[in-house]
Amino acid sequence: MQMDTTVMNQATTKRRIGNFFKYVALIILAFIVIFPFVLGLWTSFLPSMDIAKGSLWGGHLTLHNYVTAFTQTKILRYLLNSLVISTLVMFAHLFFCSLGAYAFVFLDFKYRNLLFYIVLGTMMLPFEAEVIPNFTTVKMLGLLNHYSVMVIPFLTSAFGIFMLRQTFKQIPKDLKEAADVDGLSHWQFYWQVTLPYSKISLFTLAAYSFLGSWNQYLWPMLTTFSDHLRPVQDGLRQLQSEETFNDWGMVQASAAIVVIPTLIVLFFGQHYFKSGLNEGSVK
Amino acid sequence: MIDSLSPTKPTPKQPQAEEKLTAKVTSFELKKNDKYYAWLFLGPSILLLTVFVFFPMIRTFYLSLFLTDTFGNPTVFVGLKNYTTLLKSASYMASLKATGTYVIGVSVFTIVFGLLLAAMANQKLRGIGFFRTVFTATMGVSVSVSAVFWLFMFNPSIGILNQVIKSFGAKPIMWLTTPSWAMVAVIATTVWMHLGFTFLLFFGALQSVPKSLYDAADVAGASPRYQFWHITLPMISPTMFFVAVITLISGFKSFGLIDLMTAGGPTNATNLLVYRVYKDAFMNGNYAQASTEAIILAIIIAIITFIQFKLLAKRVNY
Repeated sequence: MQMDTTVMNQATTKRRIGNFFKYVALIILAFIVIFPFVLGLWTSFLPSMDIAKGSLWGGHLTLHNYVTAFTQTKILRYLLNSLVISTLVMFAHLFFCSLGAYAFVFLDFKYRNLLFYIVLGTMMLPFEAEVIPNFTTVKMLGLLNHYSVMVIPFLTSAFGIFMLRQTFKQIPKDLKEAADVDGLSHWQFYWQVTLPYSKISLFTLAAYSFLGSWNQYLWPMLTTFSDHLRPVQDGLRQLQSEETFNDWGMVQASAAIVVIPTLIVLFFGQHYFKSGLNEGSVK
Repeated sequence: MIDSLSPTKPTPKQPQAEEKLTAKVTSFELKKNDKYYAWLFLGPSILLLTVFVFFPMIRTFYLSLFLTDTFGNPTVFVGLKNYTTLLKSASYMASLKATGTYVIGVSVFTIVFGLLLAAMANQKLRGIGFFRTVFTATMGVSVSVSAVFWLFMFNPSIGILNQVIKSFGAKPIMWLTTPSWAMVAVIATTVWMHLGFTFLLFFGALQSVPKSLYDAADVAGASPRYQFWHITLPMISPTMFFVAVITLISGFKSFGLIDLMTAGGPTNATNLLVYRVYKDAFMNGNYAQASTEAIILAIIIAIITFIQFKLLAKRVNY
């Protein structure tokens, strides 16, 4: 009896020490991951004078940088631009990709497989390597320096079509046959059965498309010149490279304004992301 | 079923057969309609992909076979001469090498750190949920925000890194203006940016390793290290390969971060392939050379994407 309890106590102490080191390691890792955020946020509350001198601790905190960012830059306009562009691209992807995927799964037509392989092929072609002719094309179409130039080339996505095709293929064939017997048109079956059946995939594609558009950088930089059209990524670049370069407090405040909404979404959506991911891996 | 078997009720059989026949007819008619629906459903996507993906690829290849004027119009046909000139140029070779260093550095460190975070978060500890949330944090950070955060840390005079170095009495490092340190800086920033997503992928993979495997290993008395190398790693190797491929591809396409942090400098040390395309076309007006570089870049990315696609197909199948 006596022996047993000492052994048990030893085991508990050993586990406690092990846990202690685990927590230390976790805290160090968390610190590394989150430090650039914290530093950026912290400096956004410091007076510009202090930052310029490199004194990051001990000064007083101020909201002045945020006031400057909101009043003297177009950061809110940049955010709005990105929000509008990304939302449009997201809905366009949901619509055109699901229609395309439907055609590949439920419609019978000549050259279906050939067309599908062509669409797949486009997934391999990087947009970054095609900007030269694309620039000429949008110039010819008179789209330069216009909102539509950031939306029209991205209305559909080969990846989206491919992804939704995989999902639609899992819809039982019986459902389609039953719908045919009931006299449902393709449009009705698409709208009433296919889309509701694929909610999770549609949600994933929506997130993917929205973020992809939100992170666009090269294309808006090439095709738009007016400040009021700029999306956030290029807006931040502008703020950071302008004569305000030395006003780090204002730049950090702008970065914080851009990142905080996405962090909030992420924080509340993380449960969904994780379960969605697990579901994906089980499939 | 019962109706058709019972001989006493032969009458209901006929209308049923008729119904089936009409159903077949309508389904046949629908099939005939498929062609028009296909045009309607697929038309917009095919049109867009043709105009903004296929045509530009062919046009880029076409331009790479010519000399071009300052507006990007082809002038003299030179065949593959642009390619041979490029592959002989020392500066292009340097770019190729820099790109290789960058993408491999990014891939390796993203995998190592992502896996480390996932392994640490995959333990049963009180408050582990907090750490899991923190580890996904960089998923919400875009390219320009990352660049702003890290540019501030790398700042030679007021940046935190040099302040720490100075506090130890060492010489401060000119992070973004020394060629080799600039490469380190852009790799570090890229890895940090990828961490959240990679962590999530690895975490998902670790969670899906069957517990029974570990239980069996415990019974057999295998050490945790042995279990990691012989159970965990083999089980998550598909995810690892997947992460490697997507970080490689995104590395080859990494434009924004380079533009924001180094603009290809110092002395072209971070002038990656994708940045060269942009610089040669839109700053130097050398469209022929830029097109040639774009084609080479596209070929590299296409090969890696092809591998990824093969992998994806495998995953989807099982």
